[in-house]
Amino acid sequence: MKQFVLAAALFASTAMSSAHADIKVGVLHSLSGTMAISETTLKDTMLMLIDEQNKKGGLLGEKLVPVVVDPASDWPLFAEKARELLSVQEVDVIFGAWTSVSRKSALPVLEELNGLMFYPVQYEGEESSKNVFYTGAAPNQQAIPATDYFLEELGVEKFALLGTDYVYPRTTNKILEQYLKDKGIAAEDIFVNYTPFGHSDWSKIVADVVALGADGKKVGVISTINGDANIGFYKELAAAGVSADDIPVVAFSVGEEELSGLDTSNLVGHLAAWNYFQSSDNPANAEFVKAWKARMGEDRVTNDPMEAHYIGFNMWVNAVEKAGTTDVDAVRQAMYGQEFPNLTGGTAVMLPNHHLAKPVLIGEIQADGQFDIISQTEEVPGDAWTDFLPESAVLKSDWQELGCGMYNTETKTCVQLTSNY
Amino acid sequence: MERTFLVRNPSILIFIGVLAVVTLGATLLSEGLGVGLLSTSFIKTLGKTLCLCLAALALDLVWGYCGILSLGHFAFFGLGGYMIGMWLMYARTEEIVSASLANAPLPATPLEIREAIGTQIFGVVGGSDIPMMWSFADSLVLQLLLVLLIPGLLAFVFGWLAFRSRVTGVYLSILTQAMTLALSLYLFQNDSGLRGNNGLSGLQNLPGADDIPQALISVWFLWASAVSLAMVYIISTWLMSGKFGSAIRAIRDDENRLRYLGYSVEGYKLVVFVFSAVITAIAGALYYPQAGIVNPAEMAPIASIYLVVWVAIGGRGRLYGAVIGAAFVSLVSSWFTGGQVPDLNLGFYTVKWVDWWLVLLGFGFVLVTLYAPKGLGGLVDMLVRRKEA
Amino acid sequence: MLRLLVSLIVFVLFIGPPQAQESGLQAVLQNNQKAVERASRKTVDPLLDALVASRSPAVPQFLEKWRAKDVWLNQKDGLFYYLKSEKTDPVTLVDIETGEAVGTAPKDDMKQLKPNSGVREVLASALVRFQLQADDKARRIAAVSAIERSAEPQHLDALRKAAAAEADAELKLRMDRLVRLLAIRFDPDPAQRVAAIRSFASNTAVDVRAALNPLLATTIVVADKMPEGVNLARRLTPGANLSTEAAYDLLVEKGLAPAKLTRDVRDKALLAHLQNENVAGIPRAELNTEAARSEAYALLAENGLVPPPVTQAEIREALEAHVFLEVYAESDATVTNAARESLASIENRVDLYRSIDLGLDALSLASIYFLAAIGLAITFGVMGVINMAHGEFIMIGAYTGYVVQQVIPDYTISIIVALPLAFLIAFAAGVALERLVIRHLVHRPLETLLATFGISIALQQLAKNIFGTQARPLTSPAWLDGAWVINDVISISLIRIAIFVLALGFLGLLIFILTRTRFGLEVRAVTQNPRMASSMGINPDRINMLTFGLGSGIAGIAGVAIGLFAKVTSELGSAYIVQSFMTVVVGGVGNIWGTLAGAGMIGSLQKVIEFLNPSNTLAAQTYMIIFIIIFIQFRPKGIIALKGRAAGD
Repeated sequence: MKQFVLAAALFASTAMSSAHADIKVGVLHSLSGTMAISETTLKDTMLMLIDEQNKKGGLLGEKLVPVVVDPASDWPLFAEKARELLSVQEVDVIFGAWTSVSRKSALPVLEELNGLMFYPVQYEGEESSKNVFYTGAAPNQQAIPATDYFLEELGVEKFALLGTDYVYPRTTNKILEQYLKDKGIAAEDIFVNYTPFGHSDWSKIVADVVALGADGKKVGVISTINGDANIGFYKELAAAGVSADDIPVVAFSVGEEELSGLDTSNLVGHLAAWNYFQSSDNPANAEFVKAWKARMGEDRVTNDPMEAHYIGFNMWVNAVEKAGTTDVDAVRQAMYGQEFPNLTGGTAVMLPNHHLAKPVLIGEIQADGQFDIISQTEEVPGDAWTDFLPESAVLKSDWQELGCGMYNTETKTCVQLTSNY
Repeated sequence: MERTFLVRNPSILIFIGVLAVVTLGATLLSEGLGVGLLSTSFIKTLGKTLCLCLAALALDLVWGYCGILSLGHFAFFGLGGYMIGMWLMYARTEEIVSASLANAPLPATPLEIREAIGTQIFGVVGGSDIPMMWSFADSLVLQLLLVLLIPGLLAFVFGWLAFRSRVTGVYLSILTQAMTLALSLYLFQNDSGLRGNNGLSGLQNLPGADDIPQALISVWFLWASAVSLAMVYIISTWLMSGKFGSAIRAIRDDENRLRYLGYSVEGYKLVVFVFSAVITAIAGALYYPQAGIVNPAEMAPIASIYLVVWVAIGGRGRLYGAVIGAAFVSLVSSWFTGGQVPDLNLGFYTVKWVDWWLVLLGFGFVLVTLYAPKGLGGLVDMLVRRKEA
Repeated sequence: MLRLLVSLIVFVLFIGPPQAQESGLQAVLQNNQKAVERASRKTVDPLLDALVASRSPAVPQFLEKWRAKDVWLNQKDGLFYYLKSEKTDPVTLVDIETGEAVGTAPKDDMKQLKPNSGVREVLASALVRFQLQADDKARRIAAVSAIERSAEPQHLDALRKAAAAEADAELKLRMDRLVRLLAIRFDPDPAQRVAAIRSFASNTAVDVRAALNPLLATTIVVADKMPEGVNLARRLTPGANLSTEAAYDLLVEKGLAPAKLTRDVRDKALLAHLQNENVAGIPRAELNTEAARSEAYALLAENGLVPPPVTQAEIREALEAHVFLEVYAESDATVTNAARESLASIENRVDLYRSIDLGLDALSLASIYFLAAIGLAITFGVMGVINMAHGEFIMIGAYTGYVVQQVIPDYTISIIVALPLAFLIAFAAGVALERLVIRHLVHRPLETLLATFGISIALQQLAKNIFGTQARPLTSPAWLDGAWVINDVISISLIRIAIFVLALGFLGLLIFILTRTRFGLEVRAVTQNPRMASSMGINPDRINMLTFGLGSGIAGIAGVAIGLFAKVTSELGSAYIVQSFMTVVVGGVGNIWGTLAGAGMIGSLQKVIEFLNPSNTLAAQTYMIIFIIIFIQFRPKGIIALKGRAAGD
């Protein structure tokens, strides 16, 4: 019982001693549990960006102080830690979350306490919260261009949509199914399969995909397989001798980081679609990669969500400077139209729907685990509500003019101000 | 009777006293009703911790008293959360939908409202139809009944099958683990009808309570959790100190001997198991509205094992031991992962506690099992005995 | 495409003298600079036409180089070059027409052209003509591969000629086969096609099925009477083999019947006829039920303001007035009949092969489960101890494999070193765990669960702190890459075969140790009655320690094997721990044969369920666990129950 009281006292004391001197930046990424594999990198990215900013003299004459918490891949903890960051630590901004469910867990807290969060990962869209800036890709910035590439450049006629069983693959595949049908692909030419997180036994699924070729149509795989399950998938693909010329695979969740976990010599030519590749030939990128390697070691790679944090953080810094304060509402207003050069040579713009305009890159996997960029579009504005599902097509998000994240353009009403969790 | 009961179980008065002091103190220091020294997030952590204590208490009933090591108690905990979460989500969405449809050119029909609710809740998993299992979601009373019924039924069916075929010991533990794994995998499926991996979210926003700040709601839930914990503690102590309790303990010590004496061992076990499951479900139903989201990952086998560890650290076979263990570990864990513990600089290496806390915890378990087999509760006992001596 | 090929033919026939520089290769490329730099499958055809029209003899080489990403653009002068070598800086430029070095340029100025794989396919197809007749065998093979990927009708004749002239027997065989495949699709003579189809009877190759299946593609045709001269697949009857719903939708789609009234259309109509807050006399506020709205619409229809809704009788009438047919796209009935017969025999075989393939998969999965669980079975059986840290010993083995590969770059040698090393390290860890922790908890078996769980989370986090959270590569040697391919349906990757052999080896080894050695005898004695064993002069502490080490060591080896086919992360072990428990429990504790049976049952069960429900692997796992729970009800002691102390109670 003593310990109980003691712990409570400790809590109380930490709760009380939160004087507000420096500018605090909350980092809400899992450092343990299943998502640590992806999120730890982003924590390190944030620490690097904050250090660099401090070397430049901080922000508004004050030092930036990172507050790192560990939500441990436990989704309810994202809500708890977000509340702690906002109300106990009183951070000015949060950079964090990876999975959609963790974002949706933190959302109600952010909206209740009027926090500000930057979310750096490609996601399924269908959301626009007043308190979140989505610096990763929406489906129209990744999935749709990649599918177009399959249809137009590779002449794929039959699609295998393979994904991990959670909201991002489910929603993305739903959008893609509708999109493909609109493009004249028959329902029976779309094969969908979902596997659990961390799935490792891929022999049967790869065999199923190969068998799809039996009716003489060119088969392509669109993979939303998440995280380390990809390693087993690609190993099985390589073992089965599936070449990218016969059955190309385009992945939305496989970047440099995932490839560093396996030997890519048998995967050369398979594709990934992102807004950023480490191989992008651009001075700003070279500098970023160099700084990262100097900090973390030569064998470390950079990836798309890191660029998203890079853009998001710098935009936030500029917005704070423009607003002259870290006050959330002022910063949010200053964010709209904020421009920052992205690492692939263009300029990212923050749109009133809290998404970025970013170019879409398609890369072919190389033997060294890097990507050969074979297609780069102009900047595509991110779309919060997809145009390819009937119930979302009528919705639009505009926080600057309409002040609404879910505006029905048919009835001209705001459906709701807070998010649909 | 009442006096002798209390005299025989002095721990009740102490327990209730400490609980009341903590809860009252927290209330007075809270932002919702007091001076605002304790943040809302801490009140929530405290409330959730009390719920975990309740679950630990329930586990102690089956493990510490009846010898059934259940590695799947979070299945009941999560189910309880799901059952209350269905009402919370449905009712809140209904409010939003009705408000938004009020502007429609034609007054909304019940069908339209239902469809809009379906799209709102299930849009995220790519559906719009409300599944059968949500039939009662519009009624708080029915859903509250389901909080008791569904986990109770699961425990009854599982227990009946397992105890009837005399599955005991390690086998039973593995089976309970399989049960919670199967349930979580089932719920992980997107078309399970309970929003797959997303689970039910936004539960902290109570329907019809938009204007009430979370600071106040958190205090309500703290009280609800504390009262439930106190009541269950009293009931459990009463149960375990009577004849029923003796029979249960006898099952733990020698099941066969009791069977030869003519007791229906299976019946006793089943009652305790179901009772414990229902308490755990209540704990879950109180926990998730404070946590805000319930999803299948909560039922992963590891969560239930943690619960067992808490009870072990607190000291099984003592109800207050389970409570102490759960409170201690979960609060310390929350503290270490909160980023507020200063780094430990060893000169050649800096120990960052978010990285090393789990290592510490792991070896801590080992030390407790090796050197304090009766857990923290055992230490309390020792202190009490020393005073008496 | 057709135009391109015609011009290519023209080109091949009339290779003229090289033209003046203005119409040369470089000039054509300059005129189409954007199309070269950002080549797309959609824009590449006119470019190829222009290249062919230039009649430069350097075109074929250019296309080959372009395809191989060996063409570079000098951003300074805007001209295209080959490079002598990419490695130097400055690089030596090679003229694309003459093939001679023409100077140097800093590497930064050069931009590599990277045609995407769609463009590369078009290029390969365009090169077929040159390559089919090439002297170099590799080029001829490239041409055949290109045709296999994207065949054009024109390829058939050229390939026939090339096949007749081919000297290499193996390649000739491949060409002949390809000729027959192309004949199925493109030969103008139906008799030839039928012959080609029949020649492939019962051949299960994917490309054969890919050629045959499109012949049987059908479309649904609606007409008011039976049409003449169509190649009819079957007649559809609404309500029987075509749902009335779908049939009527088809009629609506073809404009042969009026659309059904949807709620949306109805509500729009109501709004359109809203007057003074009233629709057909019903106040707007009362339109808050479906029934009220339908009634209002009916009133509007009575007044002739809106078209009346379609009735069931009208639907029936419309359906009866039309015939629904499934018609082959291929007009020749002899061809479709031959294709159907061939395919029927092929499909039978494919089904058979598929079940064999499934069996192989199940066997492979079972061997992985066996490897992961056998160490657990030994410690569990002999000591009655639940080792929750077993998964972490698997992880230790996998990381050992990773570290060894960092030190020894040769994959074959590193695996040979890693396997015994993983055994030793995990063995040592196991012995340490036994001596330091488990021995002190010998009379409290359930508390060992707790302690080993503590070890498990500590080890997992330690691994994260040491190796980071990223997955680490553990690469199999080249001779384990690839698969054993029996035919296009049955194949299994070599690494899985290796794991199977490893599992088999350990089964044999363990059985040998337990039944043929002194140590095994002592282990069995301690398993059955430790006190009696101890009074016979056996030291149970030593036996327990060695057994625990042995079980852990095998887990370490399993770690290397699992790392090879999946991934090396700190979560690797915990992913297998529950499955391992279930394998042991289902099989029966304390018995190697039991573990084998358990692994076999769980592995094959999982595969069978996956086969029945191919789109949801998650559901398969759920059903499997539920099955196991029920199975335990009927055989609470597992498949093979042991008698003696391990039987418990």
